[in-house]
Amino acid sequence: MAKIKTLADLKKMKEDLQSKVEIREKGDSPESYVQIKVGMATSGIASGAKEVMDFLIEALEKRNIEAVVTQTGDMGYSFAEPTIEVKKPEEEPIVFGYVDIEKADEIIEKYIKQGELVDGIIPVNYQVIDDDK
Amino acid sequence: MNNISMHILDIVQNSIRGNASLIEIIIREQQVQNKLELQIKDNGKGMDTEMLAHVTDPYTTTRTTRKVGLGLPLLKHTAEQANGLLKIQSSLGVGTLVNVVFQLGHIDRPPLGDLAGTIVLLTAANPDIDFKYIHQVNDKKYEFNTLNIKEVLGDIKISDPKIRGYLKEMILENVNDICKIYD
Repeated sequence: MAKIKTLADLKKMKEDLQSKVEIREKGDSPESYVQIKVGMATSGIASGAKEVMDFLIEALEKRNIEAVVTQTGDMGYSFAEPTIEVKKPEEEPIVFGYVDIEKADEIIEKYIKQGELVDGIIPVNYQVIDDDK
Repeated sequence: MNNISMHILDIVQNSIRGNASLIEIIIREQQVQNKLELQIKDNGKGMDTEMLAHVTDPYTTTRTTRKVGLGLPLLKHTAEQANGLLKIQSSLGVGTLVNVVFQLGHIDRPPLGDLAGTIVLLTAANPDIDFKYIHQVNDKKYEFNTLNIKEVLGDIKISDPKIRGYLKEMILENVNDICKIYD
C-alpha cells in the first residue's frame, strides 16, 4: 500500500475507513466509554508518560475496547509519575501511579476488562488542576 | 527530557492552560548557520511583564498543586548547554512566543525525537485547538495545519486511533523528504 503523504491521500484513506466500518463517534457521549487521562506535566513527560499514552491508545484499539485517551495537566503526584486516571462508565475515576507499559497492560487486562483492582492505586481526594480554572 | 519533542509536549501545555485556540510549532534547521531554532507561538492569554521576568525561575508557576514549575527552566538549561538561548515575548490578551535557539551540531544538542508522534498526540488530545506545525530544513519546508486536516476529515474525529496512525505516517513521510539533504 502506498504511503499517505498528501491531504488527498488522507482523504482517500478516510473514505475507505468510512466505507468499511461504522465510525465511532467518540466524544459525543463520552459517558459510555472508558475514559483515560494521562498526566502530562513536566514530571509526567520526563518519566515516560508519552510512551505509556501511545501504548494505551494502540493496545485499546487492538483489543477492541471502546475508550477515549486524553492528556491532562499535573495531578499533583509527581513522586508517582507517570500517573493515569481511569474512569469506567458509571464508576468513580481511579488514579494509578508508577504506570509503565507493563503496568498499563495489567490495568487494561485486569481492571478495565475484569474490574479487578491492581496495585498502584492512589487514594482519592485529589483535585486535577483543571478544576480550579 | 532527553529530546526536543518532549520539551515541545511540555511547553505546549502552558499554551493550552493559557486558553489558546491556535498554537504554532515552528522548527528551523539551518546547516549553514549551524543553528536549530524552535518557536512555540500561541494566541492565549499572555503574561504581564512581571510574570514574564520571572517565568524561567523554577519557583514560578501558575499551578496550584505545587510551588515549582520546571518546564521553561529545563528547556532554557538544555538550550544553553547547546550554546543556545531561550527568549520569551508575551503580552496580555495577545499571546506568547517562546523562541529557543540551539547550536545544531553541538554535542549536547538533544535529538528532535518523535516529532510526528508528539504533534499527533497534541492535536488528538486537544481537538478544539488548532495546531500549525512548520518544519524547515535549510530551504525546504513542510507545513501541517489542523485546519486543513479537519476539513478533509469532516465529521470523523481527529482523535480516532486509525486517523492518528494516518496523520503520523503523513507527517513522517513529508518530514523525511525535507530531511533528505542530510543523507
